[in-house]
Amino acid sequence: MNRTSTLYHDRRHRRWNERSRTFISAILALILLASIGIGSWLLGSSGLSVQLENRNLAPSFLHLFGTDWLGRDMLSRTVKGLWLSIRVGLLGAACSVIIAAAMGLMAATLGQTADRIISWLIDVFLSVPHLVMLILIAFVCGGGLKGIAIGIMLTHWPSLARIIRAEALQLMSTDYVLVARKLGSSRFTIAMRHLAPHLLPQLLVGLLVLFPHAVLHEAAITFLGLGMSPHQPAIGIILSESMRYLSTGMWWLAVFPGLGLLLTVRAFDKLGNHLRQLVDPRHTHL
Amino acid sequence: MLQRLAVFTGKKIIRLFLLLATVSIITFALVAMSPIDPVQSYIGADVMRVGTEQRAEIAAYWGLDKPFAERFIKWAGAMLQGDMGTSMIYRESVTKIIAERFIHSALLMAFAWSLSGVIGFAAGVVAALKRGSWIDRAITSYCYTLASTPAFWVGLLLMMVFAVWLGWLPIGLGVPAGMLAGTVTAADYIKHMILPGVTLSVVGIAPIALHTRQKLIEVMDSDYILFARARGESGASLFFRHALRNIALPAITLQFASFGELFGGAVLAEQVFSYPGLGQATVEAGLRGDVPLLMGLVLCSTLFVFTGNALADFFYQMVDPRLRLQKEAQR
Repeated sequence: MNRTSTLYHDRRHRRWNERSRTFISAILALILLASIGIGSWLLGSSGLSVQLENRNLAPSFLHLFGTDWLGRDMLSRTVKGLWLSIRVGLLGAACSVIIAAAMGLMAATLGQTADRIISWLIDVFLSVPHLVMLILIAFVCGGGLKGIAIGIMLTHWPSLARIIRAEALQLMSTDYVLVARKLGSSRFTIAMRHLAPHLLPQLLVGLLVLFPHAVLHEAAITFLGLGMSPHQPAIGIILSESMRYLSTGMWWLAVFPGLGLLLTVRAFDKLGNHLRQLVDPRHTHL
Repeated sequence: MLQRLAVFTGKKIIRLFLLLATVSIITFALVAMSPIDPVQSYIGADVMRVGTEQRAEIAAYWGLDKPFAERFIKWAGAMLQGDMGTSMIYRESVTKIIAERFIHSALLMAFAWSLSGVIGFAAGVVAALKRGSWIDRAITSYCYTLASTPAFWVGLLLMMVFAVWLGWLPIGLGVPAGMLAGTVTAADYIKHMILPGVTLSVVGIAPIALHTRQKLIEVMDSDYILFARARGESGASLFFRHALRNIALPAITLQFASFGELFGGAVLAEQVFSYPGLGQATVEAGLRGDVPLLMGLVLCSTLFVFTGNALADFFYQMVDPRLRLQKEAQR
């Protein structure tokens, strides 16, 4: 087994390189995102209304995903639920990226004491299971959308903050930052003008990597019943409701919404992984 | 060796103490800041029958009129003596509930943990040895797909297939419903544990398999494997002699470091199957506002994750001969 054969072992490597594969997965993810967004806008709320004459229908051409025990169209509910999950996930992930960036930059620029405190904080947040923390925060906020968003925001930043901190610390010892410090630039200026632009690709990749996790956690916490009110069509709520009807053989209530969630998360996970390999081939594990 | 072990344990205990202190301060502050009025949630439906004076009395009885620091010191003092308070929904001491449910959860998690470890490791090894083949591609894409699958959905699907359609295994709960505690056999316990356990392990397979695959590929590309091949070794003996020891340790370390994910997965799996463990208690406590139980569970899960990480560190620092010898050489 020589070097060449290991490098070109995978046949796909020869046909498409990393860039074009990233591009393809980006297009696929965007198409998925657009179709969910436009779908939820086009479908309107007619599918969500109660139609008792159409109760418990198995999937057919009229109702592709079937209907539930109140006659609501499962396709509409799934698409709307996904759109809600995506928006909450995006909000949560974006906020955690901002927190991670702030923490990482602060750890690098504000001196050793700040660095120690922030590293300790990262350790503390990593040592409580995410889901337990989410339950605690959702409880403290009294449930609702706010609780979930804050919970996701507060639980997802540490792993990214650790990476950003390490990168920022490395940048702090480069010549141009040393010169800037000797010229008397303030810490804020150094962080914003000299460090942040370098870290931007890392942050964007971080957003894409955190986003699927955030969506999954949002679904999990709503599934547990700590999230939104039962009237909102969230994927977690749909799935937890379907549990009561599984024993009657209504499989479509659980299968299709879950598949939709899986597909969404998978698409963005793939995109995030490809982008990470492009931006930073050394660290393939977050 | 013994001395280093003592130093290692001592350091870890200090860290654990600091960690638990920080976590309890943060949780206590979070709960204290929350807009939920503890008196209100205690009274519940009897709002009309409780006047303002009685409210003040309840608050005074619980010390809710005292400043934050004083309340915290009092709570932490009781905590240090092992008294975590009384659960509001179960009307029992939190320590007792956690101890009882921990046994159920520990069995479940141990089952899932070892299952996912063994299957994941084997899958990773097969994928790496057959790199580029269809089996490698199947395992890798299966792992990536699993990594983005919600755990509770897997549970639902398994329940639908094995409990509802095929009727092989019970739908939920930890023991058969309506049976006296004395008549429940070990077989009943195991039967009820299979579905939640499999749910929990199915999701845990992905990281360990992908990690093992990556490591083994690196090892197989190394010079000493090339040399071993040049000496004429191949197949299973090559793997067992030269590769296994190199990839076993990182895999074990990773598996211990995944206790946090394991606990989170257990919360979901237990909720799907109504399995009476710690995870279900956490959800109940969160849903019904049982603050003492919730705080006890947060601390308990932190302790659990810390133990996992400490064991991972132990394996990494103390068992790995490369790191151990390096450290001794530095001295």
